[in-house]
Amino acid sequence: MEAGTQQTTGGGRSLDRSPLSRLPDRLVRVGLTAISAAILVLLGYFFIKLTIEAKPVFEKFGVLNFVFDNNWDVSKGIYGALPLVVGTLITSALALVMGVPIAVSVALFLTELCPRRLRGSLTILVDLLAAVPSVVYGLWAFFFLIPKLKPAEQWFADTFHFIPFVATENVAGPNYFIAGLILAIMILPIVSAISREVLSTVPPDQKEAALALGSTRWEMIRTAMLPYARRGIVGGSMLGLGRAIGETIAVTIVIGDNPILGHSVFDQGYTLAAVIANEFNEAASDPLHRAALIGAGLVLFVLTLLVNSIARLMVLRSERQGARPMTAAAAEGL
Amino acid sequence: MEVGALQPRGPLPPVSGRRRRADRFARSLLWLATGVAIVPLVLVIYYILSKGLGALSVEFFTTDPTGDFFGAQGGVKSAILGTIEIVGAAALVAVPLGVGVALYLTEYGGDGRLARAVRFFVDVMTGVPSIVFGLFIYLTLVLAGVGGSSFAGWKGSAALALLMLPVVTRSAEVVLQLVPGSLREAALALGAPRWKVIVRVILPSAASGIVTGSLLAIARAAGETAPLLFTATIVKATTFNLNEPMNSLPAQIFQDLKQPNDELVQRAWGGAITLVAMILIVTLIAKLIQRRSRVQGAP
Repeated sequence: MEAGTQQTTGGGRSLDRSPLSRLPDRLVRVGLTAISAAILVLLGYFFIKLTIEAKPVFEKFGVLNFVFDNNWDVSKGIYGALPLVVGTLITSALALVMGVPIAVSVALFLTELCPRRLRGSLTILVDLLAAVPSVVYGLWAFFFLIPKLKPAEQWFADTFHFIPFVATENVAGPNYFIAGLILAIMILPIVSAISREVLSTVPPDQKEAALALGSTRWEMIRTAMLPYARRGIVGGSMLGLGRAIGETIAVTIVIGDNPILGHSVFDQGYTLAAVIANEFNEAASDPLHRAALIGAGLVLFVLTLLVNSIARLMVLRSERQGARPMTAAAAEGL
Repeated sequence: MEVGALQPRGPLPPVSGRRRRADRFARSLLWLATGVAIVPLVLVIYYILSKGLGALSVEFFTTDPTGDFFGAQGGVKSAILGTIEIVGAAALVAVPLGVGVALYLTEYGGDGRLARAVRFFVDVMTGVPSIVFGLFIYLTLVLAGVGGSSFAGWKGSAALALLMLPVVTRSAEVVLQLVPGSLREAALALGAPRWKVIVRVILPSAASGIVTGSLLAIARAAGETAPLLFTATIVKATTFNLNEPMNSLPAQIFQDLKQPNDELVQRAWGGAITLVAMILIVTLIAKLIQRRSRVQGAP
């Protein structure tokens, strides 16, 4: 670079830079450190601000009652967020149940079975699922999934009425199941991308050993690959869960906006994120209502924080056991 | 993957029928699951094309929503321009900051206490639901009336910037770590000061990776609706003043889709095509840059 300007004659002292020419160096270092520290301050402020603003509702109902009371009645000024918390958990659980098996299968298929010519394009197609914005998924689910699936849901609810939480007299158009299904589609790309990375870290000798012992391809996958990649796959699924819990708009469109706990997955419901998106407008004039929504946001934040921390820990551990470092961060781009 | 060649042949007894059937069954399940995974993508694309193409016209792109109860409903000009303005402003803030944090982490922080804390909290930020960031901006900037406005485009940008920052940082950190240490050492040994090493050596060799990561972050932010609803809100008129309420495509789609008016619903589908196309273009550019830099051998 500009090193030619340095005088190398005259011994060590001339190698020292003048204080003035050291200045930019110090500025860059201090500047970058300050930016990084500012992020910490910002997040601290973020958490404190939300807590302070949610305080009125916590003071009036108590934190536990706010989270676990099954009564969200805006007109009476009663805020117990249980229907929302449960709605969030049900839809996310449904998303995992439907999305993860498919996502892991796709990852297995792409790493083990897929003909090489197809692999590139199929990978791109699965990744493209992540490029569709959530409002577009919501739009599609509202006009396609809800009407087309309703007869099938009704049939399922009638036929399998003995399974808990399935039976319902009249399947609602928008319901928990539809929201779960759309969330499953939305978490599929991230879960499958992380599973693919973890599966590709399985040492080839382990796979070859299984095959050499006479396993079929499937037995090799079951005995050599899945146990090895288990923790990473679970971690990836938890990251998907975090995504599903926080997803707002698509769910808001198809959940039915009913703050009463449904008895079946085919009933209308509500989630924490959806209630914030829908009610903040009317809440602007009512401080308690606003505090309740912020409280809901805080619960949502804590929930995702818990899930994501566990997830990262698991992905990190399976990275460490892996032979080569894996870039789970690459999947963040999705 | 040529491990199949190692399968025993010859004197060994053949694989039993039950095991072979299990194998074939499991394989076909994997095929099937992959097919199932592609179905929603095909359906979504088919539906937005078949329902939305009819909505596209010159007027669609050149008029603002009218908001009239009867008559022509107008297009999405203000929404398209609003999305570009809001996301552009967010990127202007989030990309330099994100890269700065990543540079701190790789070049200065090392494994120190601050660096570890920053890494952890950047991860925390990645997981924060977008609507919670929206709430935060609503509380701090909108309700407080910062800048003499309540709802404003730049406040939407601030919410999106909070979303983009961790994504940019994480992806930039990964590519910065790929820059060979020997390059840094060579430049330092030649007497270049640290900041010059960063500006002239490290950033250029990581540039394509940083650009790719930033473009992917932009693509993701462009599709966000929730944080914009109560920061930039939904308006009709086009504006180039970031301190005024500003329309955006996702918010416009969200508002139109439940209206009892076929023309508005069709506008939502047309808006969906436009939004998906915009995001796909950005994503494609990102992937192309990524691929080209891989061909050249640089990270």
